Amino acid sequence: MAVNDALAGTHKIQEEAAAQRPGQLMPILNDFSQELTTLNLGPTHPATHGIFQNILQMDGERIVSGVPTIGYIHRAFEKLAERKPFYQITTLTDRMNYCSSPINNLGWHMTVEKLLGVTVPKRAQYIRVIMMELARIADHLICNSILGVDTGAFTGFLYVFQEREKIYEIYEEVCGARLTTNMGRVGGMERDLSPAALDKLRAWLKSFPAVMKEFENMFNRNRIFMDRVVNVGPISAEKALSYGFTGPNLRAAGVDYDVRAMNPYSSYEDFEFDIPVGTNGDTYDRFIVRNEEIWQSLRIINQAVDKLPDGPYHADAPHYYLPTKPEVYKNMEALIYHFKIVMGEIDAPVGEVYHSVEGGNGELGFYLISDGGRTPYRLHFRRPCFIYYQAYPEMAVGTTLSDAIVILSSMNVIAGELDA
Amino acid sequence: MNPQESAAAPEAPVAEDPIKAQNAQVLALLHRLFGEATFTDVHEPYGLLTVTTTREKIHEIVAGLQQDQELKFHFLTTMCGINYPENEGKELGMIYHLHSMTKNIRLRLKIFFPIADPVVPTMTDLYNTANWMEREAYDFFGIIFTGHPNLIRILNVEDMDYHPMRREYPVEDGTREDKTDLFFGR
Repeated sequence: MAVNDALAGTHKIQEEAAAQRPGQLMPILNDFSQELTTLNLGPTHPATHGIFQNILQMDGERIVSGVPTIGYIHRAFEKLAERKPFYQITTLTDRMNYCSSPINNLGWHMTVEKLLGVTVPKRAQYIRVIMMELARIADHLICNSILGVDTGAFTGFLYVFQEREKIYEIYEEVCGARLTTNMGRVGGMERDLSPAALDKLRAWLKSFPAVMKEFENMFNRNRIFMDRVVNVGPISAEKALSYGFTGPNLRAAGVDYDVRAMNPYSSYEDFEFDIPVGTNGDTYDRFIVRNEEIWQSLRIINQAVDKLPDGPYHADAPHYYLPTKPEVYKNMEALIYHFKIVMGEIDAPVGEVYHSVEGGNGELGFYLISDGGRTPYRLHFRRPCFIYYQAYPEMAVGTTLSDAIVILSSMNVIAGELDA
Repeated sequence: MNPQESAAAPEAPVAEDPIKAQNAQVLALLHRLFGEATFTDVHEPYGLLTVTTTREKIHEIVAGLQQDQELKFHFLTTMCGINYPENEGKELGMIYHLHSMTKNIRLRLKIFFPIADPVVPTMTDLYNTANWMEREAYDFFGIIFTGHPNLIRILNVEDMDYHPMRREYPVEDGTREDKTDLFFGR
C-alpha cells in the first residue's frame, strides 16, 4: 500500500535523525530541511480548539516532526494560589478545565477537607457525585461531538449541544452559574438541591438517553467516520503509561485505571458502574470509551438520584463553612465566623496532602502544602492534559495533517488546563 | 471545634491498619534496596508515605522502584519544585509522586539542595512524561536537570530573566501603595 510505503519512509528518516542525536525526543532534521515545508499550526486556528501552536515539518501532506509551543494563556495559578485563602482558590480551579468546572471545584474542596479533617455528610457527597458526573457527560459530549466536526459531521455537534445546554441549566439551579461554576463550598454544598433542580434533572435523565442513542447511531458504525478514525494515532499501553496518560485516553489503550474505582472519594464506592477499556488506544477507541463512559455516568446519576439520602447538605464546621445570612444578621457568633472566613483570618493546620479525582480527561491531582497560615504555602496542580499533551508530536508524526487534527481533538486537550 | 482540634483530627484515619501495613512494607523495601541511611524524615501525612533522600541517590531510587517486580512503581504521577528560602543550604527542592497501579500504593520522594547549585539528575530516561514536568520546574524554580534533552522554558516567555515561583518574587508589586490596608496589612 502506498500509505505504508510513505510511512516506512518517514520512519526511516526519523530513525536516522534519532541515531544522530541520541536522547532527543523530537528529531531535528537539519539534513532534510531543504525538502521539507515548515507549517505553523496555530496558535489560533479554528481546528485546534484552543490556543496552542505546533510547528510542523511537512513532507508533502505527511508530518515529519512537530514541536508544540504552549503557555499562551498561562495565568500563574500556582503563584496566585500562594496569596489567596482556600475558598478564593476555587475560582482559579474553574478556569482550568472549563468544560467540566464542577469536577475541578469539588476536587479542590475535597482536598481542603482532607487537610482540615472535615467529614462531609452523605447527602452532600451524593449531590457532588451527581454534579461531577453531569460535568463528565458535558465534557465528553463536547469532546466527541467536536471530533465529529473535525471529521466533517456537524449535525451531531449541534444536536448534543442542546443537551449540554440542559446540563448547564441544572448547574444554574444548583450554583447560579453556568461555565465557571464556583460550585460547592469547603464542607459541603452552598445550598441544597432544590425541587426545581431535581425536576430538571429527572426530566433530563428521561430525555437524554434517546439523544445519546441517536448520536451513537450516527457515528459508532458510520463507514466514513470509521475510515477517518480507526487506527489513527494509536498508542500502546506501555507508552501511554510512560507518558503519564490517565483518564479515557489511558483506558482506550487498555489500562483500566480509574481514580473513582481505585481510590473512591465522595462515596463513589456506593455506586455500581463499569470502567470501559479499549484495545489499541487509537482515535476510534478514545471516542468509543468516552461514549460508553457517558452511559456509565448516567447509571451513576440514576443511582444517586434514587438513593439520595436526607439530611444536611454541609458539614457542621463553623470555622470553615459560612453561616446562613439570616443567622449572620441575628447571631453574634455567626457574624464573627462570617467575618473571619471572608477575611481569610482562619488558619489551616500544618500538613501536606495529595488528593486526586477523576477529571473529564484524566487524574486531576491537587498537591497542597500548608504551613499553618491562611493560604497554601505551595499548591501544585497535576493537570492531566499538560502531562499527556507531550505525547502529541509522537502520535502525529507519520500521519497526514488532517489526521493530526483528528488526533488532537480526540485527546481532549483543554487550553485552560494545559497552561494553568 | 477549634482549629487546633481539627489539626489533630486527621491523624485518626491514618491509624487504620491496611494503609500503615502497606507503608511499612514499602519502607522495608526501600531500606532493603537502598540502605537505611539513604532516607531521612520518614513520615506519613494523610496516609501517604513520604521520605526525604539526596539528589545523588534519587535517580537510582526511582529507577530501582520502576524495575522492582514486587511493587511495580510504574507510574510517575507528578513532580514539582519547591522553595524554602529560610532553610540554608537546602533552599530548593523537588518532590516526586510515584504510583504503583497494580498495588495501588503511592509514594512521595523529596530531595533538597542549595539554591546556588540547583543541579539534579533528569528522569527523562526513565519516564517520557518527566520531560515537560522538568521543563516546568526549570521554568518556575530554575532547577537544572542534567541530561535533559531540551531544557528550555515551557509556560513563560523565553526572554524572561528570573524564575517566578521562587519565594523572593512576590505576587504583587511591593512598591504599590494603593493597596495598603492599615487594619489587615495586605
